[in-house]
Parts: sequence; structure tokens; C-alpha cells
Amino acid sequence: MKSTFKLALGLASALVASTAVSNVAQAEDLTLCWAAWDPANALVELSKDFTKETGIGMKFEFVPWTNYADRFLNELNSHGKLCDLIIGDSQWIGGAAENGHYVKLNDFFDKEKISMDDFVPATVVGYSEWPKNSPNYWALPAMGDVVGWTYRKDWFSKPELQKEFKEKYGWDLGPPTTFDQLKQIAEFFQKREIDGKTVYGASIYTERGSEGITMGAMDVLYSFGFQYENPKKPYEMEGFVNSDKSVKGLEFYKALYDCCTPPGASNSYMGEGVDAFKSGQVAMHMNFAFTWPGLQKDENVGGDKIGYFVNPKGPDGDQFAQLGGQGISVVSYSDKQEAALKYIKWFANKDVQSKWWSLGGYSCLNAVVKDPAFPASQPYAQTFLDSMAIVKDFWAEPSYAPLLQASQKRFHDYVVAGQGSAKDALDGLVKDWTEVFQDDGKM
Amino acid sequence: MLNRTADSVARATPEPLARKVRGISDKGLAWLFISPTILLLLAINIFPLFWAIYLSFTNFRANRPNEVVKNLGLANYKRILADQDIWIAMQTTAHFVFWTILLQTLIGFTLAWLIDRKFRGHAFWTTIILVPMMLSPAVVGNFWRFLYEPQIGLFAYAVSFVTGIPATQISMLSNVSLAPWSIIIVDTWMWTPYVMLICLAGLRSIPEYIYEAAEVDRASNWRQFWSITLPMALPFIMLAVLFRGIENFKMFDMVNLLTGGGPGSTTEVASITLKRQAFESWRTGYSSAFAIILFVAVFGLANIYVKALNKVKQR
Repeated sequence: MKSTFKLALGLASALVASTAVSNVAQAEDLTLCWAAWDPANALVELSKDFTKETGIGMKFEFVPWTNYADRFLNELNSHGKLCDLIIGDSQWIGGAAENGHYVKLNDFFDKEKISMDDFVPATVVGYSEWPKNSPNYWALPAMGDVVGWTYRKDWFSKPELQKEFKEKYGWDLGPPTTFDQLKQIAEFFQKREIDGKTVYGASIYTERGSEGITMGAMDVLYSFGFQYENPKKPYEMEGFVNSDKSVKGLEFYKALYDCCTPPGASNSYMGEGVDAFKSGQVAMHMNFAFTWPGLQKDENVGGDKIGYFVNPKGPDGDQFAQLGGQGISVVSYSDKQEAALKYIKWFANKDVQSKWWSLGGYSCLNAVVKDPAFPASQPYAQTFLDSMAIVKDFWAEPSYAPLLQASQKRFHDYVVAGQGSAKDALDGLVKDWTEVFQDDGKM
Repeated sequence: MLNRTADSVARATPEPLARKVRGISDKGLAWLFISPTILLLLAINIFPLFWAIYLSFTNFRANRPNEVVKNLGLANYKRILADQDIWIAMQTTAHFVFWTILLQTLIGFTLAWLIDRKFRGHAFWTTIILVPMMLSPAVVGNFWRFLYEPQIGLFAYAVSFVTGIPATQISMLSNVSLAPWSIIIVDTWMWTPYVMLICLAGLRSIPEYIYEAAEVDRASNWRQFWSITLPMALPFIMLAVLFRGIENFKMFDMVNLLTGGGPGSTTEVASITLKRQAFESWRTGYSSAFAIILFVAVFGLANIYVKALNKVKQR
């Protein structure tokens, strides 16, 4: 009886002790929320160093891109405590700052001597500042990203195709520098037999549900002369969003979709684009730079078979690219803000940023990307740098969600469903966006 | 023996509890038992409904908790009823509901009638027919998306085999004319067995002696079908139509998985529009008003229909 009692007491003590230990460990653990994609896996690997250095454990909450905004904006709006740190999309910054979801980092940056001058300027404006172009920082630039293109270098270098292309178009087959050239190449490859397989011209963004077609169409529209608003009069969109140049840009995007994409590519975004390229379906592929490390390593299409090029120029020589990427922020509802700030401080360190790049993340730190060895460090590094120099981003207003939904609908209705004209779509977009800004009291 | 057991159970009831229960009337006891259900119903059904009605008159946005909530009166309702996109979504929904119900009723009743013949192996075939409705809509949506794939999908190959049109040209989900039908086909495939089951119950409920009397009167099979089978199974068919109508009016999962409302807005049914307004654009007040309009529409139509159903039953 006595020994049974002792055993029970021992077990109970062990249980209490283990619960206490696990509670202590949990109290120190930080949860980082982000999208489920390749860079997130790299961050898990990188964060092991943080745990080693500080003893603070890291947990991760990764959500697929298609649900990423829904899931985490719901979490922030409900003042949830799930995320201590969040790598939120660049367009969320306005809403997150104005609604108090993110901790303002200015004082922390001053105290820890973290200077925003040390980061690529476009990423500071895109991922950290609200209001834009003002020194109010809500995030540390974490993952640089931009829309660019990959192409099948092995197909482009086939002598018989080079000869045929030159005869047909009068210039050497190679990475395009203008959108006209890009379309010619896409037409050339469309439904062509290569190595016994029918291939197609290009994979572009056409996804309807989240942000796909907007990211793709804007990537083209910017270089055709599209502007969000009158640079001298904020929120005046008539004649800028629906200018003749913008109309031509949208017509071009539809023409590209109609002539040169694989069958059934009416709802294609990052994942579908990667699949199309990896399976050898397309000659060119529009996608965010984060996909490049994975493609480079791919056995079938990577290595010497893949090449990269910056988003081409428009008819007037303008050249821009759609900004992607995110900054890392501390969630203001977290009970572990101090530990979360420790993580930000650690992440801003140059050695950590160098390792981040080597693992497949895209550092935004000047010391990393301006290192003389950087362009040669990966086959896509120079294209990434060149692309980051020409970025533009979608509205980052607190009302970015309805603004995005409007463009998704207008673009998809015209480009994929073929309803109305490009002019109708852009006029409609001006009307929708005007309503949103009127509701916000900004017009 | 039984009395002794009941007695011992009564004695086993702790005295304080027994004292409390002894004072409760039958009516009180009934309330005691149903009160958890009522509370749950109030918390998860009735309160949200009234809360949504309140929100529908405001400019509330769930993503801006710090903003002042203004009373807009009927502005949200006026805006919805004047919104062309909403009407297009309602038309798409009506088109979808009409065709799915028509096809499911026709095929479902035919299958039920065939199964009711009780041929050899009819039980096995009944089970096979029921398989689609046992699957999760998420599974069905995903595998049909692959089946519809123009490059690797079996559906495209089957159509190509029959028609001679190259499979890569059969883009069910990308083509504006075909996309609505792609959803109608899947919904019909999945839910026809459900209609069949209800119709089968109706057919089995018809007494055999009525057919025997008709045989004596030398009524033809065709006459028996029109004068006995169809009228007597009609309340069941109408019930199946009611269930499927309500379900399909708020159809979301299949459309979301197959087309996401696309291409363009071709398959954007009312529930997809509602979700986009509520959880993507965060226009909570506006979407609440839309939800209330949809609720009233379904409730009103269902009521009219139930009255018609009762009349048919009384005949």
C-alpha cells in the first residue's frame, strides 16, 4: 500500500513538473505567421539559429496563398493572439497600421540602431512605410520579391528553332526586351512540337479568387503607361487608370492570354505557373522571383535549361515590374512583444540576412544585395536586382481589399471571359475605385 | 422485480438533488430538458440573425473595429437592389437552380422507377448509384477539376473520343459557355441519387392493390403511370425539389472549387458574391443586407412552395 502511494505521488509530481516545464517553454515560444511556400521552409531552417542563440523556441503557422489573406486578416481583425510575428503582404500595411494591428517600430529601430537606409529603398516604401514615403515604420523588410520571367534556355538555343525564328521575325531568338518581342516568341512556341510533345507560349497570371490576374495584368499595364492616380492630385483616377495607354496594355494582356497560353489556363497563379513550367508545357513563365530557386534546382527544367529575364519594356520604353514580397511585423495583440522584437533585431543582422539569401530567401539588406559577389551568387541574382530597381505596387490603402476585388472582377471579366472591351473594364474600374474612396471619405 | 429496481434507483438519488427535483412540475421539467437546446439555438441562430439585421442598416466593416459605426437606414438595401452585378449573380443562381433541379428530378425519378422494378441485383446497383452523394463536396470538386482538365482530364478525352474535337479544345472550366454547365453536370452527378432515394420512397409507398385494380380495369402501363404512379409520387418529388432548391440556392462549395465564380463572373452565384463582399471586401453592413435579402427570398419562396405541396398532398 505504502509503495503504491509513493508511486502515485511520484507520478503526480512528475506530471506537475513536466507540465510546469512545458508551460515555461510555451511561454517563451514565438509563433510566426506567413504563407505556406518555399521561402517559409527556408525561414524555419534559418530560425533554428535564433533559438540556439536566445533559447526562444519558434513555432510557425503557414497558410496556402489562396487563403493567406482571408486567414490572417481575420486573425488580425479579431485581435487574435495566434501570431506574435507576422510576415504580412505589402498591401496590408495601410490597414494594419491604421487599425492598430502592427506595433510601430520607429522607437525600436532607433534604440537598436536599425536604419532603414540599410535596406533597398523600394522594399522600405513597399513593405514598411505607412503613410507611404513617410518615416513611419511598421515592418522590417523581410522578403524581397518581384514579378519576372523564366524561359526555356535549352529550347531557345536549338539551332533549327533559332533559324526558323530569325526567318519569320527578323531578329535573333533570345530573352525579349519588349512586350512585342515577348508576344512574338510566345506565338512562335504556341502549339509547337518539341521533343515529341506539344508546348505552349507562356504561362501568365489569370487567377480570379485572390489577386492573381491583377498582379499579372498590372505587371504589363505599368510598362504601357498605366498610373493609379494623378501624381499631382491624389485619388484622381480618370484619365490615368483608364488612359489610352492603359487600354492598350490591357488589350495586350488579353491578346497574350488568347494567343499563347496553355489550354485551360483560365485560373492560373503562382502554383499553376510553376507546374506549367516544370512539366515542360511552356516556353516562358511569368512568376514572382521566390519561385526561381526551386526551378533552378529542378532536375527537368533547371540548371542549364532555365534562363531569367526582367519584365520587358512597353511601347514607349517604360519598364516596370509588379512588386511582391513582405515585411515582418510584431502583432500588437501579442503578449510576447519583447521576444518578438528580439527576433526582428536578430533578423536584421547582416550575417543572418546573408544566410537567409543562401537558404533561398530574398534579402532586402543593401549589404547583402550590393555585395560585389551577389550577382554571381545565383543565376537569377542579377535579374532579381534589375527587377527590384523598377518595381511598382498596387494600392496599399486600408481599403486595399475592395480595391483588389474590383480589379480582379474587371480584369477577369474582360481578359478571360471576353466580356466588353478593355476601355469598358478600365472605366468600370475607375467607377468601382471611386466608390471605395468615397466610402472611405477620401474623395 | 422492475418496481424493486426503480425503487432502488430512486433511493440511490442523492437526497439534496431528490429534494430539488421533487418540487418541479412536469412542465418545468420539460423546460429544463429543452432549455440547453433553446439556449444553443438562440446563441448560434437567432442572435446572429438579429445581429445581421442590425448590421444591415449600418456601414460596419469587420476589418475596421475602431471606426465609428453609422446608421445608414435603408441605403444598403437600396444599393443592393440597384446593383447590376447583384442582379447578374441572382440570374446566374436562378439558371443554376433551374437546370440542376430539372435534370436531377428527371434522372432521379427515372432511376427510382427503374430500381423499383426490382430486377436481379437491384440492391447492388442502388448502392453504386448512391456512392456520389456519400462523397465530400471538397473531394468531388477537386477530382472533377482534374477530370475537366483539357490536357490530362478523362472527361475531355471521352468527349473528344465521341465528337472528334481535340481534347485540348474542350476547356470546360475556362469556356464562358461551358463553365456553368460544368457545375450543373457535377451537381447533377452528385445529388441525383438523393432525389432518387426520395422518389423511391414515394414509389414504394404506393399500395400494390391500386395497380391490381387498374390491371383488372385493363388500364395500360402508360395509363397506370400517369394516373397512379406520378400523382401518388408527386408529393415526394416536390419534397425532393424543395430540398434541392434550397440547397442549390445557397450553393457555394462546388462553384468555389470548380471555377471560383469564373471565367470572369460567368459562374458567380449569389453565395460567392456574398462571400466576396463579406470576407474579401469586408463590407459587413452591405453584405449583411444582401444576406437578409437572400434569406427573405428563400424563406418566401419556400413558404409558397410548401403551401403548394400541402395542396397536392390533400388531393
